[in-house]
Amino acid sequence: MQHTYLLTVLTFLPAAGTLALLLLNDSDHVWIRRLALVTAVAEFAISLLLLRGFDVHATGYQWEEFHAWIPQPPIHYHLGVDGLSVFLILLTTLLTPISILASWKSIDQRVKGFFICLLVLESGVIGVFVSLDLFLFFLFWEVMLIPMYFLIGIWGHERRIYAALKFVLYTMFGSILMLVAILWLYRITAVAGSPTFDVSQIQTMLMSGTIVLPVRTEYLLFGAFFLAFAIKVPLFPLHTWLPDAHTEAPTAGSVMLAGVLLKMGTYGMLRFCLPLFPEASRHFAPVIAVLAIIGIIYGALVAMVQVDLKRLVAYSSVSHLGFVVLGIFAFHAISIQGAVFQMLSHGITTGVLFLGVGMLYDRRHTHLIKEFGGLVAPMPFIGGFYLFACFASAGLPMLNGFVGEFLILAGTFQRHAAWASWAALGVIFSSVYLLWSYQRVFLGGVTVEKNNTLPDADMRERGILVLMAVIILWMGIGSPFFTRRTEAATQNVLRQMQRPPQAYNVGVTPNPDTNNLVNSK
Amino acid sequence: MPALNYLWIIPLLPLLGAAANGLFGGRWSKGVVTGVALSATTLSFLAALEVVREFVGLPSDQIPWIKTYFTWISAGAFHADFALQVDQLTVIMLLVVTGVGWLIHIYSSGYMHDDPGYRRFFSYLNLFMFFMLLLVLAANYLVMFVGWEGVGLCSYLLIGFFYLKKSATDAGNKAFWVNRVGDFGFILGVLLILRTFGSLDFAIVLPRAAAMPIEPIGQAGVLTTIALLLFVGATGKSAQLPLYVWLPDAMEGPTPVSALIHAATMVTAGVYIVVRSHAIFLNAPAAMEVVGIIGCVTAFFAATIGLVQTDIKKVLAYSTVSQLGYMFLALGVGAFSAGIFHLMTHAFFKGLLFLAAGSVIHAMGGEQDMRKMGGLRKKIPVTFWTMFMATLAIAGAPGFSGFFSKDEILLAAQRSSTPLWALGVLTAGLTSFYMFRLLFLTFFGAQRYDEHHVHVHESPKSMLVPLVVLAILSVCGGWMAAPALWDGVNHFEQFLAPVFSTAVEPVAAATKSSGGPAEILQALLGAPVIAGLLGFLLAWWLYIRSPETPKKIAASLSSAYELLLGKYFIDELYAAVIVRPLIWISDKVLWHVVDDGAIDGLVNGVARVSRESGDRLRYAESGNTRSYATWIVMGVVVFTSLLLWMVG
Repeated sequence: MQHTYLLTVLTFLPAAGTLALLLLNDSDHVWIRRLALVTAVAEFAISLLLLRGFDVHATGYQWEEFHAWIPQPPIHYHLGVDGLSVFLILLTTLLTPISILASWKSIDQRVKGFFICLLVLESGVIGVFVSLDLFLFFLFWEVMLIPMYFLIGIWGHERRIYAALKFVLYTMFGSILMLVAILWLYRITAVAGSPTFDVSQIQTMLMSGTIVLPVRTEYLLFGAFFLAFAIKVPLFPLHTWLPDAHTEAPTAGSVMLAGVLLKMGTYGMLRFCLPLFPEASRHFAPVIAVLAIIGIIYGALVAMVQVDLKRLVAYSSVSHLGFVVLGIFAFHAISIQGAVFQMLSHGITTGVLFLGVGMLYDRRHTHLIKEFGGLVAPMPFIGGFYLFACFASAGLPMLNGFVGEFLILAGTFQRHAAWASWAALGVIFSSVYLLWSYQRVFLGGVTVEKNNTLPDADMRERGILVLMAVIILWMGIGSPFFTRRTEAATQNVLRQMQRPPQAYNVGVTPNPDTNNLVNSK
Repeated sequence: MPALNYLWIIPLLPLLGAAANGLFGGRWSKGVVTGVALSATTLSFLAALEVVREFVGLPSDQIPWIKTYFTWISAGAFHADFALQVDQLTVIMLLVVTGVGWLIHIYSSGYMHDDPGYRRFFSYLNLFMFFMLLLVLAANYLVMFVGWEGVGLCSYLLIGFFYLKKSATDAGNKAFWVNRVGDFGFILGVLLILRTFGSLDFAIVLPRAAAMPIEPIGQAGVLTTIALLLFVGATGKSAQLPLYVWLPDAMEGPTPVSALIHAATMVTAGVYIVVRSHAIFLNAPAAMEVVGIIGCVTAFFAATIGLVQTDIKKVLAYSTVSQLGYMFLALGVGAFSAGIFHLMTHAFFKGLLFLAAGSVIHAMGGEQDMRKMGGLRKKIPVTFWTMFMATLAIAGAPGFSGFFSKDEILLAAQRSSTPLWALGVLTAGLTSFYMFRLLFLTFFGAQRYDEHHVHVHESPKSMLVPLVVLAILSVCGGWMAAPALWDGVNHFEQFLAPVFSTAVEPVAAATKSSGGPAEILQALLGAPVIAGLLGFLLAWWLYIRSPETPKKIAASLSSAYELLLGKYFIDELYAAVIVRPLIWISDKVLWHVVDDGAIDGLVNGVARVSRESGDRLRYAESGNTRSYATWIVMGVVVFTSLLLWMVG
């Protein structure tokens, strides 16, 4: 039961919602909020249809839409989802209404613009996850920058302009290279006689040997794509935009940024880098893995010494996303499954951490750890759920963080025991920065007088936290619900990395990988 | 086999209790909270008894009895079920955990009665029972890891229970972090097991490991590596050198927690996992040697610190580290069942010692310094007599439970290595000394507290009944091994033997004594007993007969005394060598030099150059110089020139 227009609806419904928002009076904050929320909730409800009809065993794309758009050069409106993208879309449609709820009271300036930005952002992000035409993909990739730029630059904190600029500058740097690579790839297909931007067509041509990338070309193309994605992830040492962007962004911006925007980078690696450029991926994997491992340890250590709680959570993302990149570039079925799971799990857990930090900010207008202390007494509810999220983030079994981390480590260890061993150090450090910051913020006696009277979570905040906690538990205990649906797509990525011999009629010697789990003795 | 099919009930009941009290207990009266928490553990204990009853009737080909409930994690070829199992080893652990846990719950309802965090306390304590039961019932390494990490979580929560005290939350963090260092090893061990055997199920891994050839010392292979990695985890959880440092600090938690988690159950998880993985360890003699040496040295090392401590709980904490060392010594010399036997008797007498210490502290109105006690024997007689029984048990007085288990360990050590045996015997003497020192300082001699301020009173029944029950167990808990003295049959070992049937001679050989009256006499008057007796006499001399002497000794051997009192300054060493440098590097080098200086310096430099050239480019424009459009234009320019270069 495939809804032919489902993906189009999902992509453009939030944008359409902004049109309705435009009709409302600027000062009618209540209805602006309500309408934005209704749009986002409707979007979430519709996105659940993706799961209802999702074929677990299908290796190809589902709910594909294919229409000619621009005849020359041939750009197609080609949408589709598979196991790699389906949960990322759901994550986006879930986090958007939650971000709207989180901004319910804290955003009281230019309210309409704020929610328009948030909804346009949602459209852009979903567009990225469903596009199967490189040009279309790039379009959404760029579109989503604009609302994020405004979210940070207008509704951010003290150094918002610097942070917003840095974010855009970094991303644009990668985007330009990616655009060059896209055009180059297009030119190669054109030379081969069938010009196209379509990912699946290019993939077919590569697999069949219709087009052959010389090694140097493949390296360069891979490099351009990878750099764009690595900045987005962000991979050490390209990460310095992230702490600034997070610290300055409003809560909703941080939740969306950490929750879904970073995943566009790791998604891109899985969707484009590995299948289109397998030789280059293999060639550069050791370097990338080392950078990922450095990121895991480095991010955790730098997080440990932060004095700003939000910055601490931001650095923890560098550490956690390092795990994802490592899992991807271990090229093992288990580690890639783990990477996909970790993307989702990080989106939820870090979302809760940012929501918690945002709740503190709403009350005290600061993120500085030294301004807090002993908060669990005035606000036991927030304190309890924040601790829960800390343990989820630290990878406590039965909570979501463990599953992804364990699968990544397990898969990576099968091939590269040393990589996994270094990465496992993250297990120690994550508990250090999380529990240490928790102690300084929530435990002990109240050190700052006015913190004594801070109100605990209200019904809106309680609802958000409980919902997220339930998801954390569900993902931790019922992980097969997710991994069953991502299985076929990850196998597909690995299959696409195995080019048949005719795809290598020049130069390159195939480097077959075996992806069987364990060498059973 | 109804109960055996519903094994999950045993852990689930305390989980429900924890959830009910944690989520809704705020609206309930103290009575309801107590009722929920106690009935959860009581029912769990009863369910465990029923499971054991049914288990005893199982034919041997159905052991281990494994029940798989659902798929927990599955990806590619990897598959981990949520599966529980029962075998003889599980039975022992199950009875110890539910039994002792149940008694300590009862005790806590009295001990914690006036604490404002009463509900929170029981919620955590029930949660601990859930994870601990999961740990011992697990049928694979991954479910075991759930319990393993979960008990660590509860330990963290309960050590930091008095969260207003910084020392308590510091201790909680320290416990969790040090354990995480151990977990690092544990996880790598599990990953290596997965890679080597393609599974994490005990029922698959252990027979395959047993079928592999022994890796001789000097030719360590994969089994040795696995064994050592798992043992790293064990040193964390079971507080062995070099990761023992968290356990003494853990005494910041309420005393029932010290009894349940930090003496009787959780800290024995490391011992349990080594015994559970016996097939791996037995084929890795180098790892066995490491286990034995670390255990024995830890036993001695901790005992020496215990000699001079003045805080009643700190003495018991170091004593726990020391006794856990004995257990590892047993495992290291291949006497697995002796290790588990000592684990069980230790749960009785050390649980009792802590509960009795709690009763003393309760009576003294919170005082823990033994220098401010003295002469309490008459005032709190039940506490005194039960604690006396426990002291006799831990000191290895013939006939008491600790006598049988410790004797068995030292006997096995004697067959394996004379130095280890000698150190073990010496430690037995030290143990006896510091325990009688504790007893004499607390209950005998002059009264050293001000009666006007401290109203010494015996504890309520809810606290005394568990003391009496544990006292009986401390006395009789070793008797099932007693027949070994005369007819050579150790019933405890016989019961456990099938667990080790895939392996192994040394276990079976370890404790066969042939049983003539001469041997009985030899055992009763063996070296450990004599060492214990000497320890007792010395303590009596120093603390009853001539109470001024200890001060003189301390003064004349002041550097040695300071070294022991300062716990060999290991905490200070770790802080100076690991903690402070790591923080300094992270802060000063990684954050400020690498991140802010190098990377951001480069980025901002590039940005400045672009902005300056951008300013020149758009001289004709007005408006926001930092507009998004600027960057788009710049991007297009750069991109077009690149494209021209490339295509042309």
